[in-house]
Amino acid sequence: MIKLGVPSKGRLMEKTFEWFAERGVQLSRAGRDREYAGTVSGAKGVELVFLSAGEIPRELAAGRIHLGVTGSDLVQEKIVNWQARVEALAHMGFGHADLILAVPDFWEDVVRIEDLDAVSADFRARHGHRLRIATKYHRLVREYLRDQGVANYQLVDSQGATEGTIKQETAEAIADITSTGETLRANHLRVLEDAVIHQSQACLFKSNQSEMTDQEAGDLKELLKTLGL
Amino acid sequence: MSITSEDLSLAQNLVAGFQARGAARVEAAILQPADTLLDLYGEDIRARAYTTADPLRGEQMLRPDFTVPVVQMHMQASAMPARYTYVGPVFRRQEMDETRAHEYLQAGYEVFDTDRAAADAEVLAAIIDALGPAAGAVVIGDLGVLMSAVQALPTSDARKNALSRHLWRPKRFETLLARFCGDSNMSASHAALLSPDWQPSEAEQIGKRQLSEIEARRKRLLEDRDTPSLPPETAQRFEDLLKISGRPHAALKDLRALGAKMPGLDQALDRFRARLDAFEAAGIDLSALAFDASHGRDSMEYYDGFVFSVFGKNADRFAAPLATGGRYDALTTALGGGQDIPAVGGVVRPSDLREALSHD
Repeated sequence: MIKLGVPSKGRLMEKTFEWFAERGVQLSRAGRDREYAGTVSGAKGVELVFLSAGEIPRELAAGRIHLGVTGSDLVQEKIVNWQARVEALAHMGFGHADLILAVPDFWEDVVRIEDLDAVSADFRARHGHRLRIATKYHRLVREYLRDQGVANYQLVDSQGATEGTIKQETAEAIADITSTGETLRANHLRVLEDAVIHQSQACLFKSNQSEMTDQEAGDLKELLKTLGL
Repeated sequence: MSITSEDLSLAQNLVAGFQARGAARVEAAILQPADTLLDLYGEDIRARAYTTADPLRGEQMLRPDFTVPVVQMHMQASAMPARYTYVGPVFRRQEMDETRAHEYLQAGYEVFDTDRAAADAEVLAAIIDALGPAAGAVVIGDLGVLMSAVQALPTSDARKNALSRHLWRPKRFETLLARFCGDSNMSASHAALLSPDWQPSEAEQIGKRQLSEIEARRKRLLEDRDTPSLPPETAQRFEDLLKISGRPHAALKDLRALGAKMPGLDQALDRFRARLDAFEAAGIDLSALAFDASHGRDSMEYYDGFVFSVFGKNADRFAAPLATGGRYDALTTALGGGQDIPAVGGVVRPSDLREALSHD
């Protein structure tokens, strides 16, 4: 059976179901709400696996599922050398969110990423430690800042309520996912003009790590044809 | 690709060779405090080193190399001149190229001596000698030349410091240099901030960075706005400088020729010349050496003078070098709280060396 990993709840699951339905494949969650079993019609040999969107990258990288729907941000953050391990088959057009860098709004001298670089050297000289950026996207942010040539910073881990870290003085800047920016404004933060680290959306990924029987390979080919991929 | 007993015995031979040159053998802990390494190398080291959390000792890293612990050891003994050798496994995460070993041996030779040219030559000779018949092409560079060129620019200290800080980040360096040549202006995105009737923002002042720091930066931006642009040909001169490569004496001639148009290189080039003389005195075959002005620029910001890489005799041009090294005076200054302790060293990768020797 071709294992297709899909988000197990919420808007992301509904949108995924809609996307497949528009292409002639009906996905649904069987039985009661608490039961994580699904049915697939319109394609044969495909089995649904319900997972949290955050677990799907790991399962793809390990080859335990053949296909998976999740955010491109999660794949790029969680899978080392993601291009070698998974392939993005389709950008699905929903789940849009930008990974951005934000600083206190009253830092009027910090408008662009190069300002952050200039300020980080001064900050370190004045405060005795490097300017801290709170995030849960360590790999994406570090790679971005290395590309941009920003050096005197340090990442601090924040798995939630990242916007609050600056007021609590556990960080000076944040890198986080935002779709509207309202939470940022409410926390007196402003996005750097040119610092969009990653523009994420839901994608259908194929694992390059999973073994397939001839039967499965045939079913996968059929499924992709039905989906128009 | 784990360390074999053959690698270990070859590594012991290398160390014995370095000891025969007068080096004291030293050991270093595998677990190193992460703070020191992070302070020196920046956040990038996290992508390359393994970090562990110890509830009592705080964050520790599996040593990514021996340089920091060896320098710290030297600070405590602090007799000059001094020579050290060591061998042991180092640990690197290999997220970019997964085929590279994440645990491998390094055998090293480090010299702390105020006669810089002689010490540079001594280390390079020791490393080439250690590689024996496997030693092939040797690429040398000199970050000191680039630094001198920056320091001699007719511009403000703030601009020179910004360029020096980004010597190891070519893209940022080029952007800054282009801006200082009048290509674009930092003040464009700061029009409101730099206007004479600027008032601080009414947004809530949150976090550790104070309004006074913003005002101080504003002052610096104003000064920078009034700093005259560098002559437009400066960027081209740096590009020319970074492209210089070839046999050492031919490259020196090219550098001298460029020096006629680019002030401030004379002293650095005199040092370069003295180093070549020291190479010859140490019996290094100059015809096996190739100079590359940009060599060492893409490594960790660590080496700040003479740098070298020695490749295997039959290695293809994309192969990793068998040995690398260079001068790291700024690192010793940072670790030594401002003391000036000239230091140069090199490391051999015994596993790669054994493989190269077995292909002969």
